[in-house]
Amino acid sequence: MSRIIRFIILDILKNRIVLVYTVLLAAFAWSAFSLEDNSSKGTLTLLNIILLIVPLVSILFTTIYIYNSAEFIELLVSQPIKRNKIWISLFAGLSLSFVIAFLLGVGIPLFVFADPNIAIMMTTIGSIITMVFIAIAFLSSILSRDKAKGIGVSISLWLYFALLFDGLVLFLLFQLAEYPIEKMMVFLAATSPIDLARILILLQLNVSALMGYTGAIFKDYFGSTLGLLVAFLLLLIWVIVPFLFSLKIFKHKDL
Amino acid sequence: MKAIVFILIQCLIPLLTFAKTWHIGEKHAFKKIKEGIAVAQNGDTILVEKGFYKEGNIIIDKSICFLGRNMPIIDGDRKFEVLSIKANNVTVEGFKIQHSGYATLDDPGGIKVYDSERVNIINNLVYDNFFGIYIQYSKNCLIKNNKIIAFGKQEQEIGNGIHCWKSDSLQIIGNDVRGNRDGIYFEFVTHSVIWRNTSVKNIRYGLHFMFSNNDAYFSNIFENNGAGVAVMYTKNVIMMNNTFKENWGDAAYGILLKDISDSYIYNNRFLNNTSAIFSDGANRIVIEKNIFQGNGWGLKVQASCMDLSMINNNFLGNTFDVSTNGTLVQNTFKANYWDKYEGYDLNKDGIGDVPYRPLSLFSVIVESNPPAMLLYRSFMVSLLDKSEKILPSLTPDNFIDNNPLMKSLKL
Repeated sequence: MSRIIRFIILDILKNRIVLVYTVLLAAFAWSAFSLEDNSSKGTLTLLNIILLIVPLVSILFTTIYIYNSAEFIELLVSQPIKRNKIWISLFAGLSLSFVIAFLLGVGIPLFVFADPNIAIMMTTIGSIITMVFIAIAFLSSILSRDKAKGIGVSISLWLYFALLFDGLVLFLLFQLAEYPIEKMMVFLAATSPIDLARILILLQLNVSALMGYTGAIFKDYFGSTLGLLVAFLLLLIWVIVPFLFSLKIFKHKDL
Repeated sequence: MKAIVFILIQCLIPLLTFAKTWHIGEKHAFKKIKEGIAVAQNGDTILVEKGFYKEGNIIIDKSICFLGRNMPIIDGDRKFEVLSIKANNVTVEGFKIQHSGYATLDDPGGIKVYDSERVNIINNLVYDNFFGIYIQYSKNCLIKNNKIIAFGKQEQEIGNGIHCWKSDSLQIIGNDVRGNRDGIYFEFVTHSVIWRNTSVKNIRYGLHFMFSNNDAYFSNIFENNGAGVAVMYTKNVIMMNNTFKENWGDAAYGILLKDISDSYIYNNRFLNNTSAIFSDGANRIVIEKNIFQGNGWGLKVQASCMDLSMINNNFLGNTFDVSTNGTLVQNTFKANYWDKYEGYDLNKDGIGDVPYRPLSLFSVIVESNPPAMLLYRSFMVSLLDKSEKILPSLTPDNFIDNNPLMKSLKL
């Protein structure tokens, strides 16, 4: 299995896109911190990168990569290797290279400039978000044989989580403004990995406005150690569930 | 000639007075404070040596100077009011006054001043009392450099640190108040000054002002109080050079301005509060040269406010600079520095050429729908805000600073 992982990572490195991605992230992060006069503004810029660019690049690259390595996968399947192993090592290879890219690009400037607690939180969450969207890409690319369709599904899913979901939440908020919906909102937030990540990081940043009424509710749920654990667990579920689904389909799929 | 006579009289005064000093302590004739007070005459000094005095309620009903040497402790046994002052011209200095009783009917305090004038309370440690220092119907009193510490858990179980009621011309200077209900409480107190105090971690307000006209507070620090500072039902208050810091919570404000008029807020620092200034029913108030930094809301102006002028303030790193709950705006914003301003300055005169609208769409949404805070910093919301900035449709269009500054003011 480790040989397959190694092979995939080498293949991704040869592709050079991940290297460009690392350099781009680093450029963004270093300039965000050195251009803004205080580090909290820089962290907020990085927050946007984690919430938008990281998911987009992870989901797109992974989808295209899986489609492109269809022949390689077929070759592997013809060998005496379990399908489980092939799919998992594919996931591990992609995740590893992207998480390392993220840690090199964003993690280092974060630890240099930002508060260590915030840096730890943001790097962990950024890494998990990377894996979440790689897992989602696995699912969307296994669902159809058509490459264009698969990429389309991936982009729509990214659009949904990064943009449409928040619009939907806002719409619901206005429709249900008359009701006590705070708890429902917390539940709703948990159904989108990007929102979950955003709230977790914002709570770490100690934004004063979040100390208000709504903030108190989030702090109650996500601020305690238990809440933090639950939130991380939820994020991990976002990695595991889509991947397991894709694995299940892959195992029985006629390639 | 008149001056010479005056100086002569001044020189003769010491010859005419026969003030005595009474010593109280283990090694002296008087072991108890009450015995000393009983024999003292107006103008005498009572000097209390270091020791522990538990004598129930001690009443000072003569104009004496009551001094403690090396912080003697006067204890109220958690039953009595510790020290009651019922005479003019009294000075109390250098005591540790502790453990007053608890009663909601007659509000016992560590030191309570009844209907007196020119009382000085200086350098005392007022420790774990129901009310700390309580002034009622008094005039020209000085409360200086006292440390007032209490350990209140709930509002109804603890009194205020410095409680002033129906008084005039008080000076509250350099005190340190912690853990009470309200740090400093003013009701019907006029022509008074509150200067260089520190009010930290009180359960309710750091400073509570009601029906107290013509007062001023300068250079105080209000930090981490349950609800910040409230100035209510009052006019002609001057608030200068104070620091309002880390008052966190939905109902916590740097300053709550409630039905207050003709006041002046100058050169204060509002740091990391949930809401720096919340104004409701405030009229004719000038807010000038303040720093608003890292607050959730810099300024919450309810539609009931009129003629608020915001001039030359610095807004730095607040989540929302301004928010309001209505569409009617009768307040002015002039020449402030907004760090969110994105305009340009072609003629280089330091004033932005494009007006700045401090009210963001998201702040309006959050005002009407608090759970929307969930979407703070979401990409969707930034998009909405940007489009609203270009084409204001939901936010009141006269909420505007026509000459925003390009650089922050040096304050």
